[in-house]
Amino acid sequence: MSLKSVFKFTASALLSLAALSAQAAPIKIQWWHAMNGPLGEKVEKLAKDFNASQTAYEIDPVFKGTYPEAMTGAIAAFRAHQQPAIVQVFEVGTATMMAAKGAVYPVYQLMKDEGQPFDEKSFIPAVTSYYSDTQGNLLSFPFNSSTPVLYINKTQFTKAGLDPSKLPATWPEVEADAKKLRAAGIACGLTTAWPSWVLVENFHALHNLPLGTMENGFAGLGTRLEINDPLEVKLWTELTAMQKDKEFDYGGRADSAQAKFDSGNCGMMMESSASRAAIIAAKIDYAMGPLPYMPEVKGAPLNSIIGGATLWVLKGVPKEQYKGVAEFFSYLSKPEVQAWWHQNTGYLPITNAAYELSKSQGFYDKNPGADVAIKQMTRGTPTPNSRGLRFGSFLQIRDIIEGQLEVVLTGKKTPQQGLDDAVTQSNALLAQFEAANK
Amino acid sequence: MQAKRVTFQRTALPLALLAPQLAVTGIFFLWPAYQAMRQSLYQEDAFGLKVVFSGLTNFYDLAVDPTYLASLLTTLVFSLSVAAVSLSFGLLLAVLADGVGRGSKFYQLFLVWPYAVAPAVSGVLWVYMFDPSIGPITKLLRVVGIDWNHQIHSGQALALIVMASCAKQIAYNFLFFLAGLQSIPKSLLEAAALDAAGPIRRFFTIQFPLLTPTSFFLLVVNMVYAFFETFGVIDATTYGGPGQSTNILVYRVFNDGFKNQRIGASAAESVVLLAIVAVFTFIQFRYVERKVEY
Repeated sequence: MSLKSVFKFTASALLSLAALSAQAAPIKIQWWHAMNGPLGEKVEKLAKDFNASQTAYEIDPVFKGTYPEAMTGAIAAFRAHQQPAIVQVFEVGTATMMAAKGAVYPVYQLMKDEGQPFDEKSFIPAVTSYYSDTQGNLLSFPFNSSTPVLYINKTQFTKAGLDPSKLPATWPEVEADAKKLRAAGIACGLTTAWPSWVLVENFHALHNLPLGTMENGFAGLGTRLEINDPLEVKLWTELTAMQKDKEFDYGGRADSAQAKFDSGNCGMMMESSASRAAIIAAKIDYAMGPLPYMPEVKGAPLNSIIGGATLWVLKGVPKEQYKGVAEFFSYLSKPEVQAWWHQNTGYLPITNAAYELSKSQGFYDKNPGADVAIKQMTRGTPTPNSRGLRFGSFLQIRDIIEGQLEVVLTGKKTPQQGLDDAVTQSNALLAQFEAANK
Repeated sequence: MQAKRVTFQRTALPLALLAPQLAVTGIFFLWPAYQAMRQSLYQEDAFGLKVVFSGLTNFYDLAVDPTYLASLLTTLVFSLSVAAVSLSFGLLLAVLADGVGRGSKFYQLFLVWPYAVAPAVSGVLWVYMFDPSIGPITKLLRVVGIDWNHQIHSGQALALIVMASCAKQIAYNFLFFLAGLQSIPKSLLEAAALDAAGPIRRFFTIQFPLLTPTSFFLLVVNMVYAFFETFGVIDATTYGGPGQSTNILVYRVFNDGFKNQRIGASAAESVVLLAIVAVFTFIQFRYVERKVEY
């Protein structure tokens, strides 16, 4: 072979190699998320498994910090035209994302445009309704959802002479048990994580009461809060009375109350169903049950509402990525993928098929309590009051509500006054949000 | 005060020498300040899709918000407390460390150390130490009959953020006070000692007056610190609660801008904060500096 032909051969070989690799190089799709530690590893595995299942696309998960950080990071990136295709946004950010019509690509639209089979009826209604518009179209893809439940410390129940196999179902029963726990010398009877989520948002859903006007904000930006109803006042009055003797002991905002329960300082706690793994890790002998309700309310308890996060698709990334996003969402909806995610993280399965699969695999027999959340979520049919909520600036409204609760619990304000003030302050924010997003 | 005056023949060299500082001031102070002022006059959604000129609406919203006025008062109490506590403790420690003969370097090192602790780390430590159910200090307090729960008691929450904010600042103040003390000629103190002035008298008649330039500088720096740099501590400990009791102005700016995406409101709050601190600093230079002897 002459030198010339060697060159020729090498050149053509290189060229075809380049063409081959250009063809084979998968299209990269950025997915910004807020899951760290063990949950972050599960996210990485989901992406890796999807990438291995096909060759056209490569999902690239990027950890972006806390929920607010991931969301604000994506928004800042959007402003700078550097946005990822997918961003994980927590449930209180829903109204902000939804209002940004020019920035988000609704999931139902995406699946239709990309021709992916997408049956919204296969999803669990209490999960999807939170993220659907008034016509029932799914706007973001439910990824990790949980709902608050009641945890009890069985050891302390026994110590207080209570039956650890019989969880209190109603508020009067909770109060009676809390008294006995305190009498037995346990530092606190009951506490709650996420006070607004549990004591106000879910409390209203359970009792079929509206949190705000216009179907809890689902029907429009003109929504205003109306949480200062007699039943909520009654709950806050009882909590204030219980706080005096620490039958109820306020444990702070977000999930800081979990320290009280995990350290064995509290007999009962209301907290996300996804915290089960943490409680097991804290070596607490626990049992789980549904949230308590007020027995005098007819029709109560309805389904509880969810927390957690969904995946939003942002507009403005290169067009070819969207097909990959749609395929990825189809992959995530598969029963076996959903069941794996549900069983390994403690989040709810989002499809009925995944729930049935987990059942048939015997997961709930081996993990007592793991199905409490899903049973609580799926009881009855969601009403406009139990479907969820959609308020702008809701992160801040939660701060306002929890701030007022803190003031009420120390007796500096009456429950009625505290709730009235929470409504006034929140409505000022809602009016501003309406003006900015009209 | 005597000052050496250096005169340059041409303007190019001094301008070139000033350029880096001017650039830093322009990029990191003037430009953002201008942006904040501009944004405070607009209402916009989080994504910047709809930007509407709204005049002074953002400022009006602040003026009619009762929690904003409360927040202003909290900020004054907080900032004065932080400045008072960290200045007096810094000075006390500096005087004590200055008096130590043997092993003084050892003490000095350990007193400066807290300054090197990252604010986030120190925030986490404070949260743990004072955790209402598992904190070791909470347990000690319970023994002496104090029921510590800063999650519902507003006074305790304020005390906690003052302590947490001071921890770092005391070390900083200590360093400056110590340097100030060590630059005071020993002969002055010895002469006073020969005239039978005790350590306390020597401190108030000689050391403290000679420290006034340092004290004044630190007062300004500490106030600015308390006004602007403490949101990290609050975000790590109280989130502005219970109620609104630790929701100081700078935390509101941070919260509204970064967490709540209310950009116009946050910009208006930062403009107001800027104005307040400017007035405060002006007052300090106008009235307090008169008492300073250089």
